[in-house]
Amino acid sequence: MTARRLRLPASNPQLDRIRTLAGEHRSLAIVVAMVIAGIVLPILALVPPFSGFQQLDVWIGGFSNAGVFVLLALGLNIVVGLAGLLDLGYAAFFAIGAYTYAYGASPFTHLHAPFILMLVICAVVAATFGVLLGAPTLRLRGDYLAIVTLGFGEIVPIVFLNSDKYTNGTNGIGGIYKPDIPLVTFDLLNPWPFYLLMLVIVTIVMVLAYRVQESRIGRAWMAIREDELAAASNGLNTVTTKLLAFALGASTAGLAGAFNAAKLTSVDPGQFLSTVSFTILAMVVLGGMGNIWGVALGAFVIYTIQVVLLKQLNAFFEGLPFHIPLLSDLNFVQYQFLLYGLALVFMMLFRPEGLFPSQRRKRELHAADAASTEAGAAAALEESAL
Amino acid sequence: MSDMRQPLETSSDPVAETRDDAAVEEALTAVEIDPEAAAAEAEAILATATAPLSDRPSGNILTANNVTKRFGGLIAVNDVSFTIPEGSIVSLIGPNGAGKTTFFNIIAGIYDPTAGRIAVRDRTMVARPIRAWLEPVLWVAPAVVVGIISAFVVAAANNDIVGFIGGGLTLAALVTMLVSAIARPDWYQRLLIRLRIFRSARPNDMVKAGIGRTFQNIRLFQNMTAEENVLVGMHIKLEATLFDAMFSTPKNQRDEARARARAAQLLELVGLNGVGGELAKNLPYGDQRRLEVARALASDPSLLLLDEPAAGMNPRETSDMMALINKLRTDLGLTILLIEHDMKVVMGISDRVTVLDHGEMIAEGTPEEVRKNPRVIEAYLGAPAS
Repeated sequence: MTARRLRLPASNPQLDRIRTLAGEHRSLAIVVAMVIAGIVLPILALVPPFSGFQQLDVWIGGFSNAGVFVLLALGLNIVVGLAGLLDLGYAAFFAIGAYTYAYGASPFTHLHAPFILMLVICAVVAATFGVLLGAPTLRLRGDYLAIVTLGFGEIVPIVFLNSDKYTNGTNGIGGIYKPDIPLVTFDLLNPWPFYLLMLVIVTIVMVLAYRVQESRIGRAWMAIREDELAAASNGLNTVTTKLLAFALGASTAGLAGAFNAAKLTSVDPGQFLSTVSFTILAMVVLGGMGNIWGVALGAFVIYTIQVVLLKQLNAFFEGLPFHIPLLSDLNFVQYQFLLYGLALVFMMLFRPEGLFPSQRRKRELHAADAASTEAGAAAALEESAL
Repeated sequence: MSDMRQPLETSSDPVAETRDDAAVEEALTAVEIDPEAAAAEAEAILATATAPLSDRPSGNILTANNVTKRFGGLIAVNDVSFTIPEGSIVSLIGPNGAGKTTFFNIIAGIYDPTAGRIAVRDRTMVARPIRAWLEPVLWVAPAVVVGIISAFVVAAANNDIVGFIGGGLTLAALVTMLVSAIARPDWYQRLLIRLRIFRSARPNDMVKAGIGRTFQNIRLFQNMTAEENVLVGMHIKLEATLFDAMFSTPKNQRDEARARARAAQLLELVGLNGVGGELAKNLPYGDQRRLEVARALASDPSLLLLDEPAAGMNPRETSDMMALINKLRTDLGLTILLIEHDMKVVMGISDRVTVLDHGEMIAEGTPEEVRKNPRVIEAYLGAPAS
C-alpha cells in the first residue's frame, strides 16, 4: 500500500510494468511468485554445484522441511514484526499443533481424522492456546513480555515430556498417519507430494497474512507497536488486537506443527526446545521484520544454509589438498549457533533492517537515503527467483 | 475535613507544594467519603451506567461530578465539577502542575478517578470501579462448572474421547468468558451492571462514546505514514472483520476505499493535502500537530479534547491552529475542550474558561470574567506582597 505510491528511480520500463502490476494485484503476485519458486527450486537443485551436494529427492525433502520454518517465521512475523510483541516461546504453539495432529490422526488415540480437517483443528487449537497464553501477558511489554513467553516456551514441552500417560513422554507419539488427500499418495520414499502440499500451504498463508497486514487489523497492530496509549486513545481495543495477533501467529505455528508431524510421522518433546524458538526469531530478524517476503526468504535461506551448506563447508575444507589450520578442523554444523550469533551481531551493526526489509523499515532506519528505495514486491519477485 | 471539600478556601495557600507530612496525612483523610455517601454514589453510578447516550441538542455533552484523583499523598485533582455544553469551546487553564492533564486523562479514560464520576451524554462512563474483584470470578465460574460436569461424565463413561470433548468444552467456556471480559461487548456490560459490578470505561470506550483527543507531547504513530495515522483513527468506523480482510470481500474493498477517501478529506481539512504518503516522523512539527487533530477527527467525535494544541508553535502556526479550531466548531459542529497556556488562544476562541490551581477549580466563566478574577491573577502571578 505504501510501496505502491513510492517514487521509483528511473529504470527498465518493462521491469516497472511488472512492478506496477505486482503492486496492484499483490495476492496474484504472491501466487505467481510461489509457482515460479516452486518450479525453479527443483531445477536449481539439479544444477551444479547444488546437484553435487545431495540427491534431488533429499533436496526436495529439505525444501518441504524449510517450508515448515517459513510458515513458523510468517506466523512469528505477525506477533513480533507487526504487533511488536517479543515472543521467545513461539515453539510452544508449534508443539501444540504437532501434538494436536498426533491426537487426531495416530494409533495412539485410535482416531484418524482427514488431513485437511486436522489442519483446521490444529490451527484453531493453537490459536486458542495463543489466546490463553496471551491473556496473562497483555499488560507486559518489552523485556517482561519476552521473559513470560520464554517461560511458556519452556513449560509446554516439559508438560508434554512429563505427562507420560497422555503423551508417551520422551518417546513421543509415533506412527502418525501421513496426509490423506484424494488422488495423491503420500509415502516416505517420495518427497514430491509433501513439497507440493507445502507450497500450497505456504502460498495460502502468505496471501492471507498479506491481506490481513494491509487491512485495518494490520494497521491496528502497527499502531500498537508504535504507541499503545495513543492507539487506545484512538479507539483501538488494544487487548483484543494483541490477542488476535497472538492467536493468528499461533494458528500459523499450529499449521506448521501439523504438517511437520504428518511428514515425520512422529512427535516428541525434543523437537520443540527453546532453540527452535530462537532459530525462528533469528530467521524473522535476519530476513527483515515486518516484511512477508523478507521473513519467508530469510527462513528459507537460513534453514538451507544450516542444514545443507554448513555440511558442504566441512566437506569442502576436508576435500582441499592442503590443510588450513582451524578451518579444516572445524565442524561447522556443531558451530551453527555460533555462526547464527555472529550473523546476528553483524546484521545489527551493518544492516539492522534485515536482509530483505520492508519499504517501511528501510525508510525508518535509513531516513537519509530514502530516495533510493525500490518497490518491495517486485524486488522480492526477483529475489525469490534466485 | 470540610475545608478540603471547599476548594475556594484552601487553594490560595501559596506554599501548598511544600505541605509537610501532617498536612498530607490530613489531606489523605480529608478525601475519605463516609460510607453512606459512598453507597449513594455507587447507586447513582450503577443507575446511569447503561443509560442510552442521549442526543438532546442543547444538553451537556460531558458532565463531571466532584472528580478527585489522588496519586499516593498527592491530590492532583480535587473535587472538580464542571460541564461542557454541546457546541461550545471550553478551555481549561492553570499554572503548571495544576492538574489539567490529569483531569484530561480521567476524561479520556486513562485514569480511574479516586472519587466522583464523569458522564457522557447522561451515561456514567468513568468512576471508581465497584466490586471489580467479582469480575474474574464471573468468567472463571462457567469454566469450573463445565469442567466439574464433564469430569463426572468422563468418570461415568471412562472414555478418552469424552474426556477430550469435556476438556475442550471447559477450555471453550473459559476462553469465551475471558475474551468477553476483555472485549466487553454490550451484553457483557449489561450483565456486569445487573450483578452490580461497575468498571470504568477505557480509552477506546470513550472514543466509541464520541470523545476524541490529542496529546500534549505529540504521540503520532511515528513510523506509519500520515494517511495510515488517520486510517488508524478511523478504525472503529470501519466494519471489515478478519474474515473480510482475509478473503478480500467486497465489503472490505468498499470499506478501504471509503476510508481512504475520508482520510484524504480529513488531511485536506487540517491543511495537510499531499503529504499522506510521508512518514509521520518526517513531517514538520506544526504539521505533526495538525495530523494529530486529523487522526482524532477520524473517529467522528462529538467532543474533541485538545491538550495544548498550540504548544511550541510560532505565532503564525498558532493563528492557523486557532482558525482550524474555529472551523471545526462551525463546519463540523464539534464541541471542544482545550488545555492551553497561550492566553491569546484561550481568550480568543473560548466560550467558557475553567481555571484549575493545585487540582482545584478556582474560577469559571467567560474569558472576560476569568481575566478579571483576582484569584486567577493571584494563581498566575502570586499574591500582592502587602
